[in-house]
This record gives sequence, structure tokens and C-alpha cells, in this order.
Amino acid sequence: MGLFILRRLLQGLLVVIGVTIVVFVATRLVGDPVRVMLPLSATAEERAEFQHQLGLDRPIPVQFVEFAQNLATLNFGDSLWQRRPAMGIVLAKLPNTLTLIACGLGVAILLALPLGAIAALKPGGLADRLTVFSGLFGLSVPQFWMGLLLIMVFAVIFRVLPTSGIGPPVHYILPAITLGLPSLARLMMLVRSTVIDELNQQYVRTARAKGLHFHQVLFGHALRNALPAFITLAGWEFISGLAGYTVVVETVFAWPGLGQAAMQAIQHNDLFLLQAIVFTVAILIVAVNIALDVAHKFIDPRVELG
Amino acid sequence: MAVLEISAPITRPTRLPPIVVELWRDKSGLLGLTIIVLLLLMAIFAPLLAPYDPAVQAVTTRLKPPFWVEGGSMAHLLGTDQLGRDVLSRVIFGARASLLVGTSVVALAGTFGVLLGLFAGYKGGRTDAIIMRLVDIQVAFPGLLLILLIVSVVGPGTTTMIVVLACTNWMIYARLVRGIVLTIRQSAYVEAAEMTGCKPNRVIFKHVLPNLSSPLLTLGILEFTNVVLAEAAMSFLGLGIQPPATSWGLDVANGRDYIFVAWWLITFPGLSIAVTVLSINLFANWLRVTTDPQEREKRFARQKMAERRRSRSPLISKA
Repeated sequence: MGLFILRRLLQGLLVVIGVTIVVFVATRLVGDPVRVMLPLSATAEERAEFQHQLGLDRPIPVQFVEFAQNLATLNFGDSLWQRRPAMGIVLAKLPNTLTLIACGLGVAILLALPLGAIAALKPGGLADRLTVFSGLFGLSVPQFWMGLLLIMVFAVIFRVLPTSGIGPPVHYILPAITLGLPSLARLMMLVRSTVIDELNQQYVRTARAKGLHFHQVLFGHALRNALPAFITLAGWEFISGLAGYTVVVETVFAWPGLGQAAMQAIQHNDLFLLQAIVFTVAILIVAVNIALDVAHKFIDPRVELG
Repeated sequence: MAVLEISAPITRPTRLPPIVVELWRDKSGLLGLTIIVLLLLMAIFAPLLAPYDPAVQAVTTRLKPPFWVEGGSMAHLLGTDQLGRDVLSRVIFGARASLLVGTSVVALAGTFGVLLGLFAGYKGGRTDAIIMRLVDIQVAFPGLLLILLIVSVVGPGTTTMIVVLACTNWMIYARLVRGIVLTIRQSAYVEAAEMTGCKPNRVIFKHVLPNLSSPLLTLGILEFTNVVLAEAAMSFLGLGIQPPATSWGLDVANGRDYIFVAWWLITFPGLSIAVTVLSINLFANWLRVTTDPQEREKRFARQKMAERRRSRSPLISKA
């Protein structure tokens, strides 16, 4: 167990190093931070001065070593746009994104299990066909459009929910639905197909033959066996939310989270803030991945950690 | 009942290839394919079909509603936007961006991923370990955020978007291909080919690759939908297709500020994305079930069960 976590930590370190290299290459070699961050009207002297200030006139290897050192101490420099440490901004915005993901994914998980199971009871039946079609529909609707439609219907026409921003719990309803819909579709389809497969297994017939009630088989065996795959996918949904897929929802609903901060950083050409966000998220993703593997081990004893 | 209806075409003597008959029997798959073909034609013949130039502005006819709403006219069937541009023409031309980006990214990422997957699975050993570690690392990357960072530094545009999406999408192909190659390598015919002196290249491309065609086709189509959605989302955020070019995502972003007065501005481009992706998904869903032997077996078993049930109690099934 300890050895496994150590190995995964090392692998996570590789991921973080990989992200470091990609960000460094993208910002220093492919793009020109001075061009991105200074206005077009800046003179050549101003550019040189700024370049010197950021240390960009030194050799590339020297720059990379310093870049990596700063990251290792979580020093991302000051946000050029807000003139305060970039890390502080990230830490202030992170909780909003996390609660949004938790709400959206929570709704998806709570609905996916019963809906998927009901569909699986009679493959090819009405409920099943409805589930498959609505699942495909949920996967096909672009999130930004879904969000705008919900705003149009519930905030503009019926005026029952707020259009955007964060606040009391009613503010969470529309963003959570918009964010959770594709996750719900994927999770629901997964529960459906695993439960269909499980119910066709021999052990189900045995359990029924020895007198177990159908519900006991469904909840005690079929759904239980669907759980490991379900948790893996739910974890993946959580990670992809972290990996920036909340950006769209946060933009549509003016949600003050990491995604919105990333968009603002892009609009204000604030590379340091953007870097800080990308690294924080990379580290979080590594941590969540390790936690998921460990959780998997506890749920399914057959899993070998290696 | 449903089974009775769909079994009618097979009893009729037919010369159509079996795959066409099967598609005919699956109405949602057929619908999906029909819409895909229509969309393709629409994208190709956009200049002939569109009533107006999508970029031409007309200040006098700003924010006209669709023709069936009061104030709308047949001159602009789906209305006009805040600059007086014809919404229908923009929707027709927008298909080009989605399909172009989708096809290019799937082709680029697919080729790269398949080659690396074949190589890793066939060579094994250290090559395999290195390539798959690369895949693992990249899968754990903060996907969209990293894309945003790169795009914002390099500068947004169609080419940037295609390259960046291809660079972040190849891993899934490599994984799939490697997994299948590992099992095929064990098979007798690959061993036989190797023993008769086939060179690795010949074994890979003549004997291994054909086995991959159907899972790869399904994966490619499903990835295509992901790319179309990603293109729309990036264009919506202003980091994808840049004006004056048209894209459905871009149009939804433009209509966003007019959501209180002009519902049609976000509705039609968004609907186009949803319909495109949904029809591809419907078709892919059919394709997956049809090309997978295990799924075919299951479906066959279900069909037989249903027949048996029907013959035993015809009254109940008809009710």
C-alpha cells in the first residue's frame, strides 16, 4: 500500500514536471510574454526594460532553472492584472469551483443510479429507450447553449431563478444542472449497461433460484457490482471538471471560480495568474487520482495495487 | 409489436448488402446518418444554399425575428442579428467550421495515435513502456486549462485550434490500438506470418491493422462529436474561430448579450450544434452495436427470447 502510494506520487511528480515543461515551452519559446503582456504602443526601450524585469533576457537554461525553483516553492509571482500574489487569487477562487462541481456531480450521481437501474430492468422497453435517447441528448447539447437556454427560460421568461452570479442556494440551481447534465448522461448509461450485463449473469439466476427476492439481487448484487466502474467514472467526471471544463459554465453564469479567473487572466494577458491556475489544478488532479485509486482498492478487494 | 414491424423487410427478398438492411431496420441510426449526409452537403454547397453572404451587415434590418414571428419576413427566414446579418446564412456557413475542425482533428490525432499505439503494442518492452507512460502523463494533464493557456499565448485561430486539439486527443487512440494489438500479437496467424518471414511493417499493416478497423471507426466517430463540441466551446469563449469567419459557437457568443430581446440569435446556432452531435451519436450508437460481435450475440439472444415469448403467449404480447 505504502509502496503503491509512493509510486503514484512519483508518477504524479512526472505529470507536474510535464506540465512545467509544456507551460515553459509555450510561454517562453513559442509565445513571447512581453508581446502578450505589454500594449502594442510600448516602445522598444520599454519592451527591453520589461524583458529585463522579468529576467527574460537571460539564457533559456538559466530561466528554466529559476522557473522550476519558483514553482517548487509555490511562488508564482504577482498577478500583473490585480497586483497581488497570483497564488492568493487562486486560493480565493478555488472553493467556488469546488462547490459548483460538487453540486453538479452530486445531482448527477443521485439521479444516475436509479434512472440507469430502472432502464436496465427491461432492455429495449419504453423506459430503456427513453433513457438511451435522453442520455445521447444530454451528451449532444453544448453546455454553454444549455446554460443560456436555462437562463432564458427560468430567469428571463418565468423570472423564478437568478440569471447569474453567486449567492444564496438558489444561485446554485442552474449552474449545477448545466454542469451536471453531461455527467448524468454518461453515468446513467454506464449504470444501465453494467446492470444489464450483471442481470444476465449466472449468479443472478442462482440467487433467484435459492429464493432471493428480485430487489435483493438488484441492490445487493447487480448494483453493487456496478459500483467500482461507477466510482471510477464519477471520479473522472470530477477531474475533468477540475481540468477546466467548468470554464464554460462559469463564463455563462458569471460564476466567480477558477475557470472565470482563467478567462479573465487571458483577457488581461496575465500569464502569471494563468500559470498559477494551471499548476494548482495539475497538483489537485494528481492528488484526486491517487485518492481514487486507493478508494477503488477499498471497494473492490480484487484490485491489485501495483 | 416492435419486433414484428421491423422483421418485415428481411422476409422480403432483397439484393441490398446486409449492412444496409440492418441500418434500415434501426430507424434512429438511419435518421442520424441521413442528417449527417444532409449536413455534409449543406457545408459543401454552402455558397449555393445560403441566401445572403454571412458576413454582410445591414443596419436597416437589425434584429429581425424569424418569419413566423410578428415583425419577421420571408426575406430573412430565421431573422437577423444585431448587425443585420442573416441568421440562416450564418447557420449554413457555420457547418463548415465544425466539420472542417472535426475532420482535421480526428484525422491528425487518429493517425498519430494509431501509429504510436501500433508501434508500442507491437514492439513491446521499453518502447511500449515509454510511449504508454507518455500517454498516462498526458491524460492526467489539466486538459482544457492547458489548451486555453497555449491558445492564449500562441494566438487564437483555426489552425492553432486544430493543432492544439490534435495534440491533446491522440492518447485515446494509442491506448485502444495498443490494447487490441497486444491480444492480436498472440494469435496464430500473426505468429505464422512472422515465421514465414514477414517484416514487422508488413505484419503490422497487413495483419494487425485490418482487425482494428471497426473499433477505430466507432472511436473516431465518437471523438468527432467531442471535437465538434470542443470547437464550439472554444469559439464561444472567443479562443477558437475568429471573426469574420463563422462558427456556431461564435454566433451563440454573439447572441448572448441579446438574450432578453432576441431569443433566435442563440437558439438556431446552438440547435445546429446539438442536432449535429446528436445525429452522429445516434449513428455511432448503431454502428457500435452492429460491428461488435459480442453486442450482436446479445441482440440475437434477446430477439430469440422475444420470439419464444411471443409464440408461447401471442395474446399478451399483442396487448
